[in-house]
Amino acid sequence: MTASIPGLSCPSPLRPDTIQMAHGGGGRTMRELLERLLLPAFANPALDARHDAAVVTLDRTRVAFTTDTFVVHPRFFPGGDIGSLAVYGTVNDLAMGGARPRFLTCSLILEEGFPIEELQRVLASMSLAARRCGVAIVTGDTKVVDRGHGDGLYINTAGIGLVPEGVDISPRRVAIGDAVIVSGDVGRHGVAVLSVREGLAFETPVQSDCAPVHELAAALLDGGIDVHCLRDPTRGGLASVLNEIAADAQVAIEAVEGDIPVAEGVAAACELLGLDPLYVACEGRLVAFVDGTQAEAAVALLRAQPEGQGAAVIGWVRESPAGMVTLRTRMGTQRLLDLLSGEQLPRIC
Amino acid sequence: MRFLDEYRDGGTARPLVEAIRRLMTRPWSLMEVCGGQTHSIVRYGLDELLPTDLSLIHGPGCPVCVTPVALIDQALAIAAKPGVIFCSFGDMLRVPGSQRDLFGVKSEGADVRVVYSPLDALAVAERNPGQEVVFFAVGFETTAPANAMAVSLAKRRGLRNFSILVSHVLVPPAMEAIMASPRSKVDGFLAAGHVCAIMGTREYGPLAAKYRVPIVVTGFEPLDLLQGIHLCVKQLEEGRWEVENQYARLVRPGGNAPAQALLRDVFQVVPRTWRGIGPIAASGLGLRPAYAAFDAATRFGVEAVGGRESVECQSGLVLQGLLKPPGCPAFGTRCTPEHPLGATMVSGEGACAAYHRYRRAAAGGAVAPPAQSMPFPLPGAGVP
Repeated sequence: MTASIPGLSCPSPLRPDTIQMAHGGGGRTMRELLERLLLPAFANPALDARHDAAVVTLDRTRVAFTTDTFVVHPRFFPGGDIGSLAVYGTVNDLAMGGARPRFLTCSLILEEGFPIEELQRVLASMSLAARRCGVAIVTGDTKVVDRGHGDGLYINTAGIGLVPEGVDISPRRVAIGDAVIVSGDVGRHGVAVLSVREGLAFETPVQSDCAPVHELAAALLDGGIDVHCLRDPTRGGLASVLNEIAADAQVAIEAVEGDIPVAEGVAAACELLGLDPLYVACEGRLVAFVDGTQAEAAVALLRAQPEGQGAAVIGWVRESPAGMVTLRTRMGTQRLLDLLSGEQLPRIC
Repeated sequence: MRFLDEYRDGGTARPLVEAIRRLMTRPWSLMEVCGGQTHSIVRYGLDELLPTDLSLIHGPGCPVCVTPVALIDQALAIAAKPGVIFCSFGDMLRVPGSQRDLFGVKSEGADVRVVYSPLDALAVAERNPGQEVVFFAVGFETTAPANAMAVSLAKRRGLRNFSILVSHVLVPPAMEAIMASPRSKVDGFLAAGHVCAIMGTREYGPLAAKYRVPIVVTGFEPLDLLQGIHLCVKQLEEGRWEVENQYARLVRPGGNAPAQALLRDVFQVVPRTWRGIGPIAASGLGLRPAYAAFDAATRFGVEAVGGRESVECQSGLVLQGLLKPPGCPAFGTRCTPEHPLGATMVSGEGACAAYHRYRRAAAGGAVAPPAQSMPFPLPGAGVP
């Protein structure tokens, strides 16, 4: 029976034939897993739109629907924690579908022995975050696994929101001449988490950008900007998001290195560790593809919001090379800004 | 960012490129020794700015790339043993051994951890007295002092559960091997700045004199490289072959004396096999007999574990400057970062990785690399 279902064929279409960390790294290996196994297994139009949130129509109402699982370690990091992240992450994915987020679920996978006091702190953080976003957490689930079968606490949230009339946000709307805008400096969240995880002491601690971006999306849409596509550059960072859009919309994207905002502390940490900040995760930024003639207006609208003060035009959509992202370097030359295999690895020297 | 943006400024680069152009009366080929320099050149497209009759040949200075398959297989064998915590710098994890890589062993249950310093691995050993902690000590002279420090501290602290799998290599013997080839096209070297920060510049004098080749100790930022190229071309045009120091903000002629003392205490010069190149006499470092107890290869009895290179991988030619990555038939097709044939495709300093990441050609793409190969052979083995 199963042999006839695409994506469930034997032998495995992937090698190596076991799951590696790179399968969750937001790069080419993860994309391969999605394209070879997951998308074929469930193929349908809403899924095939390949957006952060699926937009489905229920009784003539367009509803955005998404889910995300949070396994961040450590659970508390400079600028946020797993609880606020679990709310903002799903709110942001809904906002990237053009929706006004409304209701969330909360599923907890708890490891035997996990301190109740820490759980309380996480739940308090979720509650506060939900209030800030104007969403209600209306249902959920709790599972406890044996000690050693989970890393303390994993959280899954799903969410729904309403897509207003006339809003159509999708990679397929990205057009030649669109401006690419980022709402603030990139790479903060990844560096903030890494700094705690690896015990690296920086002179100036980097705070995660962990924040909701639905107000930023609303500011653009309410401000009359023809927003073609929105993405939040989480896992894999800005470069991976640009690559996803270039591939899905079959356009070229030219980014300008000197125009991409990176905070001093993030740049310094990345230099030290041999990482490229363009591939480091953000948790409170959005990337907007808007009609090129409205670029300045869009940046002004974003900058008027507290979370969008660092907004900047960082590139343009071009015709060729279709499906690829190029970077105009500070030297004035042009190079590929490629999708990586998996997560970046710190180099030897 | 201060002290960095200044070295990446296109406005300052242009007059330097012009000055190089004005100097040149004939074609020259320069080899940048270090893989970090190669990445900078490809990442910033410096070769595209330079005159077309100035060739940059990518050198062997990628420690991950030259680590022999046998040693990777030994690492995999040790990591797979129960009770072992195997610590490594991140970019060793994707390097293919004969069958698999460290990520693969990790996914099968081995405790493989990425660390930022051998001293982190030492701390892991102190926290886990019931387990054997092994650090994969890979690198050139740059990383060797920190590894020596870890072993020295382990001995002083009486740590019995810490050892290192050593694969240290030295830069000057590799440069000598390249120059010893009668058909070598290398007219001048940009020597590896960070190696010289440790070892100083003096050991390059005899090499420059013997082969009448200018050697300019060069940094890693775009302007460092352009300035190094300028100094090197100037020497060539003026008929000089000297050791010059472009990277004076970090490199002193005598190098880092305490680091050298530590190296001499812990390590001794040994012959090493270079992946893709072959054995080179006196080209590496191994633990001295006084520290033999910290040698992971003997502790776990894996010295005999051998390795088989992919027959298709041409990284040996790439590492010797004989082939540019896009000239390899497997490049970007049967060899990708996801499914590499050799280490040069996955290392952060590998030339194939640099071309694949920054220049891979699209169908009709605008960023196609200039594919070229330079057919001159090297003596594969036994170079003095």
